[in-house]
Amino acid sequence: MTARHPRTPAPLLVIGQRFLTQLLIGQRPRRTGSLWPSFHSRWPRWKWVSFLFILPRRRRSPRPQSGMKVRPVLSDPEKQRGRSAAVAIAALVIAAGIPLWWKTTETYRAWLPAARIGELEALQLELRVEVEVVFARGTLSPEQQKKVPASRMREQTYESCCKSKSLCLVEADHALHTLTETSCGSVVIYIIPEASALLPQDMRVYVGRSRTALLRSQVASVVGAGLPEVLAALDPQMEQVLQTMSFNHQDVTAALTDRLRPGLSTRDSLADSMRAFKSSPGYEITFSLLNPDPKHHQLHWDVEAALDAYIYPLLHKMAPVANFSVDSQILYYAVLGVNPRYDASASAYTLSADSLAHVINPVEARLGSNAASSNPVLNFLLYVPDSLHSPLIIRNDQKQEVASNAFHSPRWGGIMVYNVDGAYGNDTQFPVDIAIDMSRVMGVFLSQLRLMLGFQQTGAPPGFVLEAAGREGVAEWELDRLLWSRSVENVATASASITSLAQLLDQIANIVINDNIAQQVASAVTALQAAVAELEAGNLALALEHSREAISASERAFFDPSLLHLLYFPDDQKFAIYIPLFLPMCVPILLSLLKIFREVQQHRAEKRAKRD
Amino acid sequence: TARPCMLISSSVALDFVLIGRTSAFLLLHQARAERFFRSDHTNNWAVLVCTSRFWFNYRHVANTLSVYRSVKRLGIPDSHIVLMLADDMACNHRNPKPATVFSHKNMELNVYGDDVEVDYRGYEVTVENFLRVLTGRLPPSTPRSKRLLSDDHSNILIYLTGHGGNGFLKFQDSEEISNVELADAFEQMWQKRRYNELLFIIDTCQGASMYERFYSPNLMALASSQVGEDSLSHQPDLAIGVHLMDRYTFYLLEFLEDIHPASQANMNDLFKVCPKSQCVSTPGHRTDLFQRDPGSVLITDFFGSVRKVEITMETINLTVPGIPLERFGGEPHTETALAYVDQLPVAQIIHQKPKQKDWHPPDGFILGLWTLILLVFFRTYGIKHLKHIF
Repeated sequence: MTARHPRTPAPLLVIGQRFLTQLLIGQRPRRTGSLWPSFHSRWPRWKWVSFLFILPRRRRSPRPQSGMKVRPVLSDPEKQRGRSAAVAIAALVIAAGIPLWWKTTETYRAWLPAARIGELEALQLELRVEVEVVFARGTLSPEQQKKVPASRMREQTYESCCKSKSLCLVEADHALHTLTETSCGSVVIYIIPEASALLPQDMRVYVGRSRTALLRSQVASVVGAGLPEVLAALDPQMEQVLQTMSFNHQDVTAALTDRLRPGLSTRDSLADSMRAFKSSPGYEITFSLLNPDPKHHQLHWDVEAALDAYIYPLLHKMAPVANFSVDSQILYYAVLGVNPRYDASASAYTLSADSLAHVINPVEARLGSNAASSNPVLNFLLYVPDSLHSPLIIRNDQKQEVASNAFHSPRWGGIMVYNVDGAYGNDTQFPVDIAIDMSRVMGVFLSQLRLMLGFQQTGAPPGFVLEAAGREGVAEWELDRLLWSRSVENVATASASITSLAQLLDQIANIVINDNIAQQVASAVTALQAAVAELEAGNLALALEHSREAISASERAFFDPSLLHLLYFPDDQKFAIYIPLFLPMCVPILLSLLKIFREVQQHRAEKRAKRD
Repeated sequence: TARPCMLISSSVALDFVLIGRTSAFLLLHQARAERFFRSDHTNNWAVLVCTSRFWFNYRHVANTLSVYRSVKRLGIPDSHIVLMLADDMACNHRNPKPATVFSHKNMELNVYGDDVEVDYRGYEVTVENFLRVLTGRLPPSTPRSKRLLSDDHSNILIYLTGHGGNGFLKFQDSEEISNVELADAFEQMWQKRRYNELLFIIDTCQGASMYERFYSPNLMALASSQVGEDSLSHQPDLAIGVHLMDRYTFYLLEFLEDIHPASQANMNDLFKVCPKSQCVSTPGHRTDLFQRDPGSVLITDFFGSVRKVEITMETINLTVPGIPLERFGGEPHTETALAYVDQLPVAQIIHQKPKQKDWHPPDGFILGLWTLILLVFFRTYGIKHLKHIF
């Protein structure tokens, strides 16, 4: 503040400060009962300066004479004390200070099972399908029958008089289904004789709604008929059945796209993987009715009953895969963003395939979504065209009418156009009450929902008859297919997350790893190993459960908010922080140590010289 | 019966020979697949960030809002846009035209519009929040509109604008994000496959330094100026009193105004936006990490949202005649006629009919008032009148 004379005794500082304050604020202080007199009342300012020369000053050291260097002369015991003090301080700093500083500037990192995570990198998946092969009477010749060890013999005659072939097959399949207990993921193949009339002439395999397949084959002609030879003869056909019913190579590679190099999967499987949602703990499904013309059409849709009857059975079957939440809404005055063209030949308005892509965006702004969860949303829209633009039909690339009058967008949902112009004539009183045929609508939505959830549109290989799922929504073997690919996908994603998280935490030494993250990582690794073990053993349901646990734990660990790496300190910034703190302290210590060391060396040299 | 078990093992690291399929409808499949595979994405996201506050940085907010406007016009819905504005210019006390943000002088184009949805505003725009949005490490209470919920088939557009330097971008005049942090954030996004392709545009001084350190695949970056150059602002508006836009974004907006959702303009056209003669600085771009050829990448792949659409060919026949609709769990509930509660009692407000009020005996105030009047009367005129009353 003030330029203080170095030898001024302390009490003068008080006066000096008051003096300066008055200068600064230009005020006269009030007379207070202080020890020191207010100098405005007594003397003018300049006179106070004279006190500097009157009051006694203490002299610490003798006044140096000009020309002589000032250096304190120390005696030997003083020097020794000085040396030991310097050494003691240096020892304290090194022994206690450095470890203390190291410990207090450490970040807390909980222990992660690095060895087990390293094992996850080279993950070998083994998928085991339990297959039960049942030979019907007449397929094996009597010698084969004797040689084949019968683990179970069952006599069951099934008689029925069936008029139509297809119904016969379904009933037979249903009856066979009740014979054996099939667990999730297993397949039962019934071998029926070549001459059987159950299957049509050119079809060899029939796959039913549950996990059974009927395979028509002639085994009696196989030479050297022991069990291995019989099975070897059936092998190629059984493999084909299993690839249709459980999984094939393309499914597995599609599920593993996260960890595989790009370019290994075919374009069809890539299209399927683009269409279906990735594995997520839950999905939200929204059914919306768009009514652009409430003045003319008063629409009634019994969506709750339709959902109960058609959609909820499928969602309940999918319960082991994910949670679903379903809601519905009606939007009025919602228009499609595209103007349809009138086609006189069909006397209807048409939407071409190219314009369909631009329909979704304007509508999407008006569809709400559940703000409480971050789950993916599937939207199913039912659009009833206004009376001016009825009927509205969708044309595909080849300018042909589409039977379902619906289209879907991958990972988003589907839109169906429902024409109601046939329900009323020209001179009815508007608005007209129209009840929407929910079974037709739900048929379309159900097939779109199946596509979105991951049930692929597999074409049947030649010679196969695949029974359609019908009202149940999904056949059990289709569900098994999905469970296989989902388990593999979950295992792959979870192991990728864990390994990349471990790598990230390794690389960045500054991130704090809390206990809960370490716990989640450990539980994810345990669940992963359990899932892989179950897949090897063939228990699909348990494997799926473990894989879901693994993926949810790994996602929670990876996306934990505390793992934010904001602590990017380049090394030069670290120097900039520590040098002003430690350098002023360390330099005197180091210099004194150096001096001591040099003196000791000198002393030793002198001693050696004295001795010599 | 026999019970063989079939083992199918698949190992991750090996190369497999794929079996070709020769089914009859392969051709149709291929045609459909071709349209699918022009690009790999199924949805689009945009993260638009303005990092500077104070009135004289009006142009950065205008930059961000003009990109927002283009992106919305080309189809990306608000639910897929994360808009972060560090300061409020439209309702700033110094704005002579409140509720507007102009991008052209003479107030030709108001980019604020009617339906701007700002997700992060004011002091919420920090480096931490930006990195949290990118990496997905948000607290569980964050609403959906503040999250980047992209998946492995999303194309993301990231636009940053503000004041920057060699290797950093300044946020809110108090902190900065470095190019290493940004590159690490993108790598973490790639590890979790949170994007399919990412376009990064930055309009700051020395913007090219921000994309120098990228190392994740499928990134394309554009910057408004090279290292050592400054990005300049475009036009001041004399009525508003500040510069309205930066040059690069001004010409970018002009370019985007010509793009419509079905446009076939590609990235090579975008690289030519704002040459040195117009921009004074040299815009730069980086495509070495991008797998596709930039000439085959459409502008609408990032700025718009053109959905892939498939016709639904297969339907399930659920109309079985004669079988009634079964209920799945739960008894059928009776339909009660629902009506809205009277939100606005109009009759009471407009007073069309006088309301029937019940009669109450006069309360203390009226009684006291009359007593006072009588007292005053009789005091003034004398007590002799009392006998005429009673």
